[in-house]
Amino acid sequence: MLDKNGIAKRIAKEVKNGYYVNLGIGIPTLVANFVRDDIEVEFQSENGVLGMGPFPFEGEEDPDIINAGKQTITTLPGASFFDSAMSFSMIRGKHVDLTILGAMEVAENGDIANWKIPGKMVKGMGGAMDLVASAENIIVAMMHTNRVGASKLLKRCTLPLTGVGCVKKIVTNLAVIEVTPEGFKLLERAPGVSVEQIEDATEGKLIVEGKVPEMVL
Amino acid sequence: MINKKVPGVIEALEGVSDNMTLILGGFGLSGIPENSIAQLVKLNIKGLTCISNNAGIDDFGLGLLLQQKQIDKMISSYVGENDEFERQMLSGELEVELIPQGTLAERCRAAQAGFPAFYTPAGYGTEVAEGKEVREFYGKMHVLEYAFNADFGFVKAWKGDTAGNLIFKGTARNFNPNICGAAKITVAEVEELVPAGELDPNQIHIPGIFVQRIFQGVLYEKRIEQRTVRQRN
Repeated sequence: MLDKNGIAKRIAKEVKNGYYVNLGIGIPTLVANFVRDDIEVEFQSENGVLGMGPFPFEGEEDPDIINAGKQTITTLPGASFFDSAMSFSMIRGKHVDLTILGAMEVAENGDIANWKIPGKMVKGMGGAMDLVASAENIIVAMMHTNRVGASKLLKRCTLPLTGVGCVKKIVTNLAVIEVTPEGFKLLERAPGVSVEQIEDATEGKLIVEGKVPEMVL
Repeated sequence: MINKKVPGVIEALEGVSDNMTLILGGFGLSGIPENSIAQLVKLNIKGLTCISNNAGIDDFGLGLLLQQKQIDKMISSYVGENDEFERQMLSGELEVELIPQGTLAERCRAAQAGFPAFYTPAGYGTEVAEGKEVREFYGKMHVLEYAFNADFGFVKAWKGDTAGNLIFKGTARNFNPNICGAAKITVAEVEELVPAGELDPNQIHIPGIFVQRIFQGVLYEKRIEQRTVRQRN
């Protein structure tokens, strides 16, 4: 079974040379720590920066340079700043190659819910709806089950949707799963996790074909 | 040169009154028009509809207007990190319309650019699209969204000149350029106001035609919401 860093490490393998990547808040942010350093990748933050670097050294924080999580950041050579409309032109216009974001629920038809729990948590969608509606390549990073042990991979989402039929791949603490027209297809198992454990933790239709390999991290 | 300079925040906010619709720049607390917000608090204008990506925090940014119950309706994309906002929203005192961030930016830009409406894929199939016109383009469904119609736009820039030309810094740029010209009157406050001719025309982000009033801002706090650093070793 993987921890959050393990999930990020596995997703980092999906980041290819020449990709522009948008990372959501939470586990997706950790992905930047595990991207191979022999490939060229630029991270976009939807508040208006491309070419995001690591956090600043203490004393070098700049209130005018933050990421979408409102954290102080730095920029790397080749970076650029731009306004919000242009930022979402990059996103809606499909110029960003890969979007990695968290979720509360994903359905077997690719629907995703990650912005609202009615009556409990109403913080807003931020850029998530624009991202999932437009990106062709969306990976969801999340735990397979929620805090009370219920599956987050469902037949149908129960929470208000962020987008419909948009998720292509899910990486959890238990598995790598592809969303296909027939349902969740199990691609890889996390180290030490059995197919039965994944079946038990998946409420939606899980497709298991042949021998499912263990992840290589 | 058409002079857009006004002496200060008092003159800049002349004509702002109860029940108006305002658009305000900023992402989180970065690039917010601090001086204009402080003056709105001072004037204690009520019944406002505020369009802004976020609603500040409890004791800064638009949170200051919320404390005084000056805002009736907020149109935003993300309103976390503000307990008073959440309390007013859940109790029904404050009407809140949450919309996708890219849609918010584009509704500003559409108003600036003279487009009455546009189609976007964002929000299709979600509660954001409820009651809205939808249409298929190239096999994909889109939602019709309208340009904002606001009385005042308040923006913050890094540098500006007396002709109203603006230059922004870092991610403090965010929604500010999109808001210029999106309301009937755009008020720009800047950290450094220089005479026309001192800024390189090649480096201008927003031409002065989109700005009606510009003033030299004072005492910027520029609070950081999430101070994150790494260790030297």
